[in-house]
Amino acid sequence: MRGLPENFEKWMSDRGWSAHPHQLDLLGAADEPANLLIAPTGGGKTLAGFLPSLLEISAAPGEGLHTLYISPLKALAADIRRNLTKPVAEMGLPIRIEDRTGDTSAHVKRRQRAAPPDILLTTPESLALLLSYEDAPRIFARLQRVIVDEIHALADSKRGILLMLGLSRLQTLAPKMRRVGLSATIEDPEAMARFLAPTGTRCAIINADPGPDPDISMLLSDTPPPWAGGGGRYAIGDIFDLIKAHKTTLVFHNTRAQAEIFFHHLWAQNDEDLPIGIHHGSLAREQRDKVEAAMVAGHLRAIVCTGSLDLGIDWGDVDLVVQVGAPKNVKRLVQRIGRANHQYNAPSKAVLVPANRFEVLECLAALQAVQAHALDGDPRGPGPRDVLCQHILNCACAGPFDAGDLYAEVTSFSDYADLSRAQFDECLEFAATGGYALRGYDRWQRLMQAPDGKWRLRDPRSTTNIRMNLGTIQDTDTLPVRLKNRRGGQPLGEVEESFAATLTPGDTFVIGGKVVRFDAMRELTVQVTPDPKRKPRFAVFSGTKFATSTQLSERILALLHSGDHSALPPHSQSWIAQQARVSKLPQPGRLLIESFPHDGRHHLCIYGFAGRNAMQTLGLLLTQQMEMAGLHPMGFVATDYAVLIWGLDQVTDVRPLLDMEVLGNSFESWLAGNAVMKRTFQISATIAGLIDRRSIRGKRSGRQTLFSSDILYDTLRKYQPDHLLLKITREEAERGLVDFGRISDMVARTRGATDVCFPGQLTPFAAPLFLEIGKVPVQGAGAQKAVQQEAERLMQEAGITQ
Amino acid sequence: MNHHVFNFAKETLWALPNGALWWPDFKCLVVSDLHLGKSERMARRGGMLLPPYETADTLQRLQDCIEAYRPGHVICLGDSFDDVAAAGALSQAETLWLTRLQAGRHWIWIAGNHDPDVIPFGGSQVAEFSARGLVFRHIAQAGSVGEISGHYHPKASISARGRRASRACFLVDQERVVMPAFGTYTGGLRCTDPALQSLMKPDALAILTGPQALAVPMPRR
Repeated sequence: MRGLPENFEKWMSDRGWSAHPHQLDLLGAADEPANLLIAPTGGGKTLAGFLPSLLEISAAPGEGLHTLYISPLKALAADIRRNLTKPVAEMGLPIRIEDRTGDTSAHVKRRQRAAPPDILLTTPESLALLLSYEDAPRIFARLQRVIVDEIHALADSKRGILLMLGLSRLQTLAPKMRRVGLSATIEDPEAMARFLAPTGTRCAIINADPGPDPDISMLLSDTPPPWAGGGGRYAIGDIFDLIKAHKTTLVFHNTRAQAEIFFHHLWAQNDEDLPIGIHHGSLAREQRDKVEAAMVAGHLRAIVCTGSLDLGIDWGDVDLVVQVGAPKNVKRLVQRIGRANHQYNAPSKAVLVPANRFEVLECLAALQAVQAHALDGDPRGPGPRDVLCQHILNCACAGPFDAGDLYAEVTSFSDYADLSRAQFDECLEFAATGGYALRGYDRWQRLMQAPDGKWRLRDPRSTTNIRMNLGTIQDTDTLPVRLKNRRGGQPLGEVEESFAATLTPGDTFVIGGKVVRFDAMRELTVQVTPDPKRKPRFAVFSGTKFATSTQLSERILALLHSGDHSALPPHSQSWIAQQARVSKLPQPGRLLIESFPHDGRHHLCIYGFAGRNAMQTLGLLLTQQMEMAGLHPMGFVATDYAVLIWGLDQVTDVRPLLDMEVLGNSFESWLAGNAVMKRTFQISATIAGLIDRRSIRGKRSGRQTLFSSDILYDTLRKYQPDHLLLKITREEAERGLVDFGRISDMVARTRGATDVCFPGQLTPFAAPLFLEIGKVPVQGAGAQKAVQQEAERLMQEAGITQ
Repeated sequence: MNHHVFNFAKETLWALPNGALWWPDFKCLVVSDLHLGKSERMARRGGMLLPPYETADTLQRLQDCIEAYRPGHVICLGDSFDDVAAAGALSQAETLWLTRLQAGRHWIWIAGNHDPDVIPFGGSQVAEFSARGLVFRHIAQAGSVGEISGHYHPKASISARGRRASRACFLVDQERVVMPAFGTYTGGLRCTDPALQSLMKPDALAILTGPQALAVPMPRR
C-alpha cells in the first residue's frame, strides 16, 4: 500500500485528521485502469478520488490537463473546487484547479481551451460540449485520470450514458486515461464496475466501511393515515414536533406539488416561527440559492424538499431525515437517509411517514429492506440508440471520423457491447440523412462520406445547431413566475404551461410557499402579486413520477402473504383481515382480480403490483380491449399496486384479456394515438437530433410556424412505420413512462395463476382506489361528444343560438 | 353534417372540419397556408431533417377535399409553399400531382409572406382576389370588410370534462374570417395571442376543426 507523502501527512495531522483506509486503498490502486469506490456519504469519498491526482501532479507539475472530474450537479463542481483549492493552497501545491459549467463565462471557457488547468471540474453536458470542439484532441492529449462522482445517480439516466460514450471517446484521445467512479451504496457493484470500465478491462472495487446501520422507523401517528392520496398532511403535527426536537431536519416529498402543499400547511402550524425553507426543482435558481446558503450557514431548522436535494453539498448539521409518502425505491431511500449525519460513523436517523393506508405496507416493507441491506435496481438494458445518434453528431462536430473506429469505440462501453454493426449503421444513416425511405435529402445530407471513407459534416455551420442541442436533459414546457413590480420583478419559480393556461386573473396559487394572485401573462412570464389571505389552488408539476420498484412490490406481496402482520399498526391489521374475509389477499406469483358491482356500475380491480406507470398502461390497454369487446368501459384509475376499471357491463371472464399476445397486439395498435407514447417519441426525437430543443421551446414563443412533435410522430407512423425513431420509441416504451416491460413480467410471473373473486361488494383493498385522483376517462366515441356538448353549452351561455 | 354553416357578408360559407372553406354558391374551395416543401426548406437551410412526407400528406388531403366538393375555383390563401425555392424543389411526382389537381378548374394562388414571388405553377398568381363582395388575401388588413385571410394559423383550446382539447380553428366576426392552416407541418397561434385578440371583434366565434367543425365563442384572455 502506498502511504501519503510527508507534506500530506503533516497537513492532515495538523488538523487532527488521518486518512481513511479506503482513501489509502484507492491510492494504492491508482495505477489500475479503473477503480470503483463505494462509500457512504460523508466518508471522504471525493478526497479519496483526488488524492492520487494531487500526488501525481505535485510530482510532475505543468503537464497540462491531468484530471477531469465529472459531477451530476453544477453546484457540486463549484463546491468541490472550493473544498479542493483550500488544502492545495495550504500545502502550497503547484496545482491549478478550475470548474467549467454552463455558468462559466465565455472568456474563461476560451482560456481553459487554450491553456487547460491541471484539474478541470465539470458536468456531463459541458464535457460533451468540450468533446465537440475541433481542438478536443489537443486539450485531452495528456489526460491521465477521470473521476466520475455520484456515478450511481448518473448511471440510471441517459446523462450517464452520454457521459460514458464521451469517456470512450476520451479513451481514444488519451489511451492512458484511468477511470475512477465514486458511488454511494448500490445493489450491484459488479454491474456498476462494468458500466464504468471499458469492456475487457478490469475494474477494482473498493468498499469503504459502510458505517453503522441507520436508525430508521415508521411514524405511527395517533391519527391513522387517510385511505388514499399523498402529502402526509394528517401527520403535520407529529412532524412539527420532530422538527422541534432536532437540530436540522430534511423533509423529503415525492412530488413538488406535495412539497408545496405540505410546506403551506406546515407554516400554518408554525406558531414558534421556526426558520423553515422549501427547495425543489421548479423554484427559481435565486430562491434555491438563498435556501441553500441559509442551510449551509446553519440558519434553518428544516427544509421541505424533493429529489432536488438527493445529491449535493454536504450539510453536516442535518440530524433527521423525514420521508413523507412511500419511498418507492429502497436504494433512493437509503441515499436520502444518508443525508442525515454526514459525519462518518454516526448512525443516520430517519422517519418514514406513510401518506395513506397502502403506503403503511410499503413503508414497512422498505424499512425491512433497509435493515436487511436489500437494495433494489433493474438490470441494465441495452444502450439507448437515441443517445447514440446524438453522440455520432457530436463526434462529427469535432472532425471527420471513420465509422468502423467509432463503432469499436462505442461498443467498448458495456451498455452497447451487444450493439450490432447494422444497428449502429442505422443510427449513422439517421444522423446523416434522416434515415427516410423516401430519399428526400440527398442534396442536403447532414453528414457526407468523403472519398477517404470518413464521415464529415456537409455544412460546417451546422455545428452551432448540434452543439445547442447537446445533452439529454428534457425541458418541460414551463413558464417563469415573477412578482409584478418595477422591471421584471422577483423570480419565484416556474409552473407548467398547461397549468398557466388554466389561470384567469384573480386566481390564487401557491409557489415557493407563497400564496400569490395571478395578474397577467406578459411576454411569456406569469405575473403575480402576493396575496396571503386567499385560499389558494396548487400548481401542478408533473415532474418525475416514480413507480414502486419491482423488489419493493415483491416485499409487499410477501409481507401480505406471510400472515404475520404484527409489525403493522392495528388499523392496518384489521383492514387486511377484513380484505381476507371479504375477498382474498394478493399472493406472490399469483394475480388477484376482483369483479364487483358498486354504485350502479361494474368494477374490475386487478392487483398487478407492477408500479404506477405499468398499471396505468395496463388500464389503457385493457379498456381499449374491453371497448372492442363491447364491454363499455367508462374509466379507470391506477396506483402502484392496482388498476380499477369501471364500466356498464360485468366482465365475467378476464383471462382472455390478459393474454400476452392479445396485450402485445393491442399495445401495437395503441401506440398510434397515445399521449404517453407521443411524449416518449418527443423525448427520443429531441435527444437523437430530429427536432431542435429550440423548436420545442418555440411552441410558446408566439410564432405560428413551429409545430408540435406529435405531427411528426403521426406522419412517420403513417408513411414509414419502421423508421428508426419509431423503433427507438418502442424500445423506450419497455421502460419509463409506458413501462410495458413490467406488464410482460407481471403476466409471465403469474401465468395461469389467477385468482378471480366475485365478492359481490366493494372490497377493503379496492375502496382506497375510489378516492384516488387522476381518474382516466376512456377516450372512446364519448370524447368528441364531450367536446361537442361543451361547445353547445358555451354557445348557449354566450346567448348564441345556431 | 360535420361542417359548420355560417353567413358572412351576405354569402353562405361552410367551415369544413379539415380546415378548408367551402363557398357553395361560387363552387369555390379555399385553403390557407399549405406550406408545401417545408421539410425540404428546413434541410436546405441546415436545419432539422424532418420526415419528408408532409407535401404528399397535404396534397392527399387536398385531393380528398377536391374530390368530395368538385370545386370550379380553388383559392390558396398564401404561404402555399414554404418558400419560392421549395416550390421548384418538389419532386417530379409531387409536381405532377399538384398539376393534376389543378386541371379543369380555376386556380388562384394568393401571394404570402413565404411565397411572395412567382412560383413555377399554372393558375393566377395575385396579391389578392375579390369576388361577389368577398376579398381574399394572405394577411388581414385593418378596416377591411368581407375579408378572408390566413397567415396566423389560429388555434383554440376548449376544456370538456376536465380535459383540454387544442384544435386549429377559423376565427369569424362580421367583417373577417381568419382561416386555419391546412398544411401538415404547421403549428398554431393561440387565439388568446394579442395579435388575434385585437384583430377580431369582441363577439367573434372560433370554429374548431377536428372530427366535426364546432363553433364556440372565441376564447378571450
